[in-house]
Amino acid sequence: MSFLRFAARRLAEMAATLFGASFVIFGAMYLAPGNPASFLLSGRSASPEALKAINAQYHLDDPFVLQYLRWTGQILHGDFGRSITYRTDVSRLLADRLPSTLLLVGMALVLVVALGLLLGWIGAVRGGAADSTILVSTTFALGTPSFVAAVLLQGLFAVKLGWFPTGGTGDGLGQMIWHLTLPAVALALYLIGMLARVTRAAMLEVLGQEHVTVARSRGVSDHKVIRRHVFRNALGTVLTTGGLIVSTLLVCTVLVESAFSVGGIGQLLELSTTTKDFPTVQAISLIMVGLFMTVNLVVDLLHPLVDPRVTLGPRRSAA
Amino acid sequence: MTTLDIQAYRLSLPDTARPVLAGVDLTVGARETVALVGESGSGKSLTSRSVLGLLPAGARTEGTVRVNGEDVLTMAPEQLRRLRTSSAAMIFQDPRAAINPLRRIGDFLTESVRLNAGAAPAAATARAAEMLEAVGLTAAALRQYPGELSGGMLQRVMIAAALMGDPALILADEPTTALDVTTQAEVVALLGDLRTRFGTGLLFVTHDLGLAAAISDRVYVMYAGRIAETGPAEALFDRPRHPYTAALLNSTPRLEAPAGRLAAIEGRPPSLQEELVGCPFAPRCPLATFLCSQQAPALLPVAGEPARRVACHHSDRTGEGSVHA
Repeated sequence: MSFLRFAARRLAEMAATLFGASFVIFGAMYLAPGNPASFLLSGRSASPEALKAINAQYHLDDPFVLQYLRWTGQILHGDFGRSITYRTDVSRLLADRLPSTLLLVGMALVLVVALGLLLGWIGAVRGGAADSTILVSTTFALGTPSFVAAVLLQGLFAVKLGWFPTGGTGDGLGQMIWHLTLPAVALALYLIGMLARVTRAAMLEVLGQEHVTVARSRGVSDHKVIRRHVFRNALGTVLTTGGLIVSTLLVCTVLVESAFSVGGIGQLLELSTTTKDFPTVQAISLIMVGLFMTVNLVVDLLHPLVDPRVTLGPRRSAA
Repeated sequence: MTTLDIQAYRLSLPDTARPVLAGVDLTVGARETVALVGESGSGKSLTSRSVLGLLPAGARTEGTVRVNGEDVLTMAPEQLRRLRTSSAAMIFQDPRAAINPLRRIGDFLTESVRLNAGAAPAAATARAAEMLEAVGLTAAALRQYPGELSGGMLQRVMIAAALMGDPALILADEPTTALDVTTQAEVVALLGDLRTRFGTGLLFVTHDLGLAAAISDRVYVMYAGRIAETGPAEALFDRPRHPYTAALLNSTPRLEAPAGRLAAIEGRPPSLQEELVGCPFAPRCPLATFLCSQQAPALLPVAGEPARRVACHHSDRTGEGSVHA
């Protein structure tokens, strides 16, 4: 199957999935207890007129199907509606907050890939004490959820040592990177442990294969055997894990952003959920679904580059 | 100078009661094809791998393994790499497992000469194309992945890879076992052909006596890490002097023989956890006497046949029919 046909098919599938997801998201918000009007009035008893005005403004009295169709129709025009809490366009809110989240996730991803691969490589190749140390420390990393890591890092490096700010996002790239370092480490810790373990196991499996012995028997130096054959062949597994890692980063960023008051999408999701800000929650959920699918698509498209035995498209019958 | 000269080679592994190889003497001359036969576990693969310095972890060695006069066992890593690149090369049993499935054939062929001999990529690729043609493939295979070739074609690629560094010695470790019968014949014919064309010595490790007889000038029969018998292929298979060789020949199916059960050799080879006092084959040998259980026989020349040597106290009685069923 050609690359273009595959990509086109996958895009169509993604559109269908997004459509399904939009229904589930909208339905879930519709069924959830509480409504924005009561939150806006924050418990005060309002006159029926005031309630009516709010409901009319946000079309909260319309039938479900009508509300859903209006919402999807708007989204197709690039309009995510108006935030009830912030009283601005949701797309404005997202545009303001997306860069911090992307930077945070990006920094965490760099940390995860660099350290995860390095530790996995050392563990598999060196063995001995280095391997044991890595096994123990990755076990700790795997046992530390990101919100616990966030509190610990904050306490040590921000409060006690004062090397990093306790929270906030900062302005300008340099400031932002400085502010986001601790959150990125908190976000990355667990995943570094996971990627190190996966890389180590994949490399050990390849190390036991005969073609590695054969490469050595042909005079290829140990270092090059590791790089050209062992690590190279472990990359497929690493790539698959990579998709999972990005997805996990997107989920955990909600917790970490809240812990460090990073003004990103994750914190916005948490805030808007507690304030029943339907349009914002819906928009962020839909964007998350879109990001997950994009990550999976990228992983699938990269796979044939990493492993020539993988072909795009459905499994061929008895090739 | 002998291409391969193994003298009194012993190899011990941790946690075993006896050495895996207990004094192996073996030579391969220039342009000579030598077969090393024996059952699984007899140490024949270990012997051939030792020639490239591929030793199992924790192995302790004694004796010498010389390739072109240089002792492999004492080589520095750098020398060992040079040996593997340009003096000796090995063809492995299962080409599908021996070639990295994620790299192109061209990369596999040129890897060793590019990385070690510092060959320019273009020159290496040209040489690879030439070698592919020598083994009956085309240069088109350079761009292909191992998964796109058949087992027989991959074994040809393996042979081409072995020829890349123009080695003086090729070690073939059961190179046809994983292939189907027609492909086996092609690969064997190819190996014979290449020997005359490139003038390499060939050590052919196999458990297939018929194959050994067909391809080799001389044969070594190995049992429990020792050479049981050696000599010119024809004489050795016509008149085996070691009861083990005779029994092996008896257990080989033949087309012309009357149908019936094959003569299996009773018992099994000694495990590595058993210490061997006398002849390792004594417990299974129909000729064994008290002497055999007490004293290991030395590998001695056969009277009247100077090219042959046998390690048996009763080699003079082997031909008497007591072994032949």
